[in-house]
Amino acid sequence: MNDELETFRRECAAFIEAKCPASMRTPLVREDEEPWGGRRPVFTHPDTKPWMDAMAERGFTAPTWPREYGGGGLDEAHARVLEDELRRAGCRPALKSFGLWMLGPVLLQYGTEAQKQAWIPGIVRGETRWCQGYSEPGAGSDLASLQTRAVLDGDAYVVDGGKVWTSHADKADYMFCLVRTDPSARKHEGIGFLLIDMRAPGITVRPIRLISGASPFCETFFDGVRVPRANLVGRPGEGWTIAKALLSHERALISKMRDARSSEDVSLEALARRYLGTDESGAIDHPSLRDRIAQANLDLLCNKLTMRRSEEAVRAGLGPGPETSMFKLYGTELSKRRYELMVEMAGFSGLGWEGEGFEADELVRTRSWLRSRASSIEGGSSEIQLNVIAKRVLGLPDDPHGRGRE
Amino acid sequence: MSFVLTEEQTALQRAAREFANERVPTTHLRALRDGNDAIGLSRERWTEMAELGWPGIVLPEEHGGLGLGFAELGLVLQALGRTLAPHAFLSTVVLSGSAIALGSDARQKHEHLPKIASGERLFAFAHEERRRHARHHIATRAVASREANGGFRIDGEKSFVLDGHVADMFVVVARTSGDVDAREGLTLFLVKKTLPGVTTQRLSVVDARNAARVHLAGVEVARADVLGHVGRGVEILDRVLDRATIALAAEMLGGIEEAFERTLAHLKTRRQFGVPIGSFQALKHRAAYMFCEIELSRSIVMEALRAIDANRDDVPMLASAAKARLSDVFLQVAGEAVQMHGGVGVTDELDIGLFLKRARVAQLTLGDAAHHRDRFARLGGY
Repeated sequence: MNDELETFRRECAAFIEAKCPASMRTPLVREDEEPWGGRRPVFTHPDTKPWMDAMAERGFTAPTWPREYGGGGLDEAHARVLEDELRRAGCRPALKSFGLWMLGPVLLQYGTEAQKQAWIPGIVRGETRWCQGYSEPGAGSDLASLQTRAVLDGDAYVVDGGKVWTSHADKADYMFCLVRTDPSARKHEGIGFLLIDMRAPGITVRPIRLISGASPFCETFFDGVRVPRANLVGRPGEGWTIAKALLSHERALISKMRDARSSEDVSLEALARRYLGTDESGAIDHPSLRDRIAQANLDLLCNKLTMRRSEEAVRAGLGPGPETSMFKLYGTELSKRRYELMVEMAGFSGLGWEGEGFEADELVRTRSWLRSRASSIEGGSSEIQLNVIAKRVLGLPDDPHGRGRE
Repeated sequence: MSFVLTEEQTALQRAAREFANERVPTTHLRALRDGNDAIGLSRERWTEMAELGWPGIVLPEEHGGLGLGFAELGLVLQALGRTLAPHAFLSTVVLSGSAIALGSDARQKHEHLPKIASGERLFAFAHEERRRHARHHIATRAVASREANGGFRIDGEKSFVLDGHVADMFVVVARTSGDVDAREGLTLFLVKKTLPGVTTQRLSVVDARNAARVHLAGVEVARADVLGHVGRGVEILDRVLDRATIALAAEMLGGIEEAFERTLAHLKTRRQFGVPIGSFQALKHRAAYMFCEIELSRSIVMEALRAIDANRDDVPMLASAAKARLSDVFLQVAGEAVQMHGGVGVTDELDIGLFLKRARVAQLTLGDAAHHRDRFARLGGY
């Protein structure tokens, strides 16, 4: 590492030492302590907000975004140093935000100067919380068939329709939303990308209960909601292009997003020792489950190595290789498999829904198992990912009947 | 060490691919098989590879090698795996050559390594005794002779010795003390094929590659032919087997890639119901899943090869991870390749069935997936 990066590394370490409270250097386990920010922020831990503010002040919540919009202005090498130092110190994420992960990158790419000035600094500082309005009851994998309409009326679009799977819509300040701006155009071409204030009259939000219980997902209904025309990102028919750019960020995210509750961080063998016991040689006393645990650990290792290989290729200037398209698919399928094993090896103890008779971690794991079933559906189902790989990577021809699209 | 190939590695990869396509394409394997070649291996081609320096890639320069690493050797094996080329890299270079390089005294190294690098001398590693791979199960006995010269007398039978009928010399793993499954008490011996009591019986194996049964009946070897220390052979044996397991996985990766690419080409060109069969989602999704498994396989093979070169202590774990994965994926891809080729896929005329045959043999060579998952778990402490 060159001297300049080494200096920056020391600077980061000093910053963390000075600004990151000890409590923020412990694993984030409780969901209610997640730092989502927004106009109506909930900070159940007193140190969450100071840590978020300290990071935002330096632009470190969005390290590679331009300084003029509040970002850190770092190149990839410096951002990596910062990330390394944060990881080394065991820092909690300072800010979790769909604005950071999804909207920001496409605003920087497709937004007007005025839009960037208006929206990006609030995202970096965690002052605005965003949700995503993509799927509809009739438009899941076939997202482009969406029907929520936005009709121009003077200086505003009037929006009617409904969205599902709008994560945290009940807590968000704004929604980035796909709307049909031109019903007469072909389905991919009549779509706009619209930013909607969730306080606007005519919006109703209803939470969705999943098989795992309460969830961040909501249904959102629009009834004659007026949205300023200036909130349209890109041209009226450009929404699909923007949506796809954003989806690639989302897919990378779902495969990469790791926190203390990730299946990767759970030691399957430790659980196996607890629930299945070991024989005199120290091996897990259940040959078939032991074999499946070894397989799952081995696949996790190979998946991590592949992600590292991909990162190295990008850093060497070779660009992301074809392997990147598999991370969402493989990551979520593997995570499901690991949760299956966790529940299965716990036996009756893995069957608890709530209440007495089960350990707290058992109840969490069983809910997580159920929740993991959604991971391979949200953000482009595994079947859609397979279609993407088949077409984009393997170059296999389209189905002449139009089935099996991305 | 980086996953990104250096310029030199890219050049070697290209040269190896060209050599495989031009000098040892699948027609070469067929010619040996269909011509009932006496040994099933072309020493002429082996000499050509030696002229390119390949058998010496991982051998030290002082003994005629190139002093490069397993990352480089892996590229050559991967290229040869694509055309199912018969070669002596496992038997002579990685198994026996590593044993000599890791365990021999200066005299033995000087005697054998230059001849391995030059392609003049072929070795076989006589280890396996059971129906499937068993690392430390050695019943072959080597008893110290009562005569003053301190030699040994070896008796036993080896069940599946790669290139056993081709080799000029053997590295024999025998037991000088201890129970049949004990790690301790093993000793490695350098044994000339011409010694009285050594007989080999070539096995006609499904992939038309080379394996033999080796009988050792009262074979007298001198004390000077002990490789390493008496009773401490396991120190060498374990490292040698890990290296060979990883090298074989690299060869298997080549076979997997080739079978998959041929299948993709078929999916794009074969038409049924008026459309290319690759437009059917039932086939697309299986192909896309295979792509994922192959990418993961590539990563573990590259990591394991680099771990040998860096002398890392996770080599055993990576060797088992690689072999477990590659065994499963090769069989999966080769099996799907045959299925997706349809009727023509099960004919001998098409090459694709040769990959299925190789997948089966490679799977069982040096331990199958279940064996290596078990070992991976044990090394992980569970």
